[in-house]
Order: sequence, then structure tokens, then C-alpha cells
Amino acid sequence: MKNPLDSLWGTVISGLILTLILFNIVKYALG
Amino acid sequence: MDFIQLGLGRWLHVLAGVMWIGLLYYFNFVQVDALKAAAADNTGAGITKHVAPRALFYFRWAAVVTVLAGVMIAGRHVFEVLLFLKPAYYPIGVGAWLGTIMLFNVWVLIWPNQQKILGMVQATDAEKATARRVAFLASRTNTMLSIPLLFFMTASGGVFRTAVFG
Repeated sequence: MKNPLDSLWGTVISGLILTLILFNIVKYALG
Repeated sequence: MDFIQLGLGRWLHVLAGVMWIGLLYYFNFVQVDALKAAAADNTGAGITKHVAPRALFYFRWAAVVTVLAGVMIAGRHVFEVLLFLKPAYYPIGVGAWLGTIMLFNVWVLIWPNQQKILGMVQATDAEKATARRVAFLASRTNTMLSIPLLFFMTASGGVFRTAVFG
């Protein structure tokens, strides 16, 4: 599998997905 | 006291952060592709000799100032932020950890390897090739982390936190 960080848009999409994951974790933790 | 710690502190945090992340985006959105294009007609020396060292200087020191100003804003609450001891600090706690990881990447992975790539320290061709890959991936990792970092920075505090997290 290709490393998404090799592509600029792969990097941006990875950042957006990570944001979504962390947002949901924090939202859940805050109740 | 609050004026200096919170008012000037947050201003400095954002000023230095704009310089840090702005230069990070310059490297990733502009310089990487510019160097690839320049390699084709042998014009890359101008960038590697005159632009990159100057950009890296402001980049790595802006990273330090951003994190120190962040610690200044958190003040006596810094451990509550970093250890997620208070729900109100959860969002900025995530931002603080992302920023700390990014500062580590700048000083431990990007800068030492860039010194080899740019010829500031001695390195063999094989070492330079490894340095290029490590610095590139660390820089791309920071670009990826900057996206949630900025989300949690802007979603922290007062009306912003309430609007985003309820």
C-alpha cells in the first residue's frame, strides 16, 4: 500500500480524517 | 497580569504559530514540488542555498516560541491541560499534545536531517538519501497533524468550545 504522506492530498485527507477521529473522541469524553 | 499572560500570550502564540505553520505549508505545498521542477533544469541551488536555510531558521524558532507561548497561556494549569484533568481543557489538551509532537519532529527529525541535506553538516550520499526521506516524512506528518491542531486551537475557549462541543 502506498504511503498517503507521499502525496500532498493524501496528507491533507489524512489530517481531515484524524481531525474527525479526535473530534469524536473529545466529544464523547465531554459527554 | 492576565493582560500579559492571556492577552499578549495568546497574541504571541498565534503570531509565532502563523509563522511556523505558514513556513511548514510553504515547504510542503510549494518547495517540495519547486525542487522537483528545479532538478529538471538544474536551478535548485538558488532554493537550497538561499531560501531553505532562511526559511528553516524562522521555521524552527517560531516552533519554539509558539510552544513556549502556549505554556505561558496555560500557566499554572499546564499539567491539567496536558494530563486531561479537567473537561474544559480536553480540546486544548489535544492541541497541546499535537503541538508538542510537532515541535519534537521539527527539532529531532526535520532540522538535523535538513542540515545533512543542505550540506551544513558532513554526510555521505547514502546518509543524505536517508535524511531526505526522514525529513520529508516528518514534515508531511507535521502537515497532517497541523489540521487537527488548528481545529482544536480554534475550538478551544469560551463560546468557541461551546459551539463546537456543546
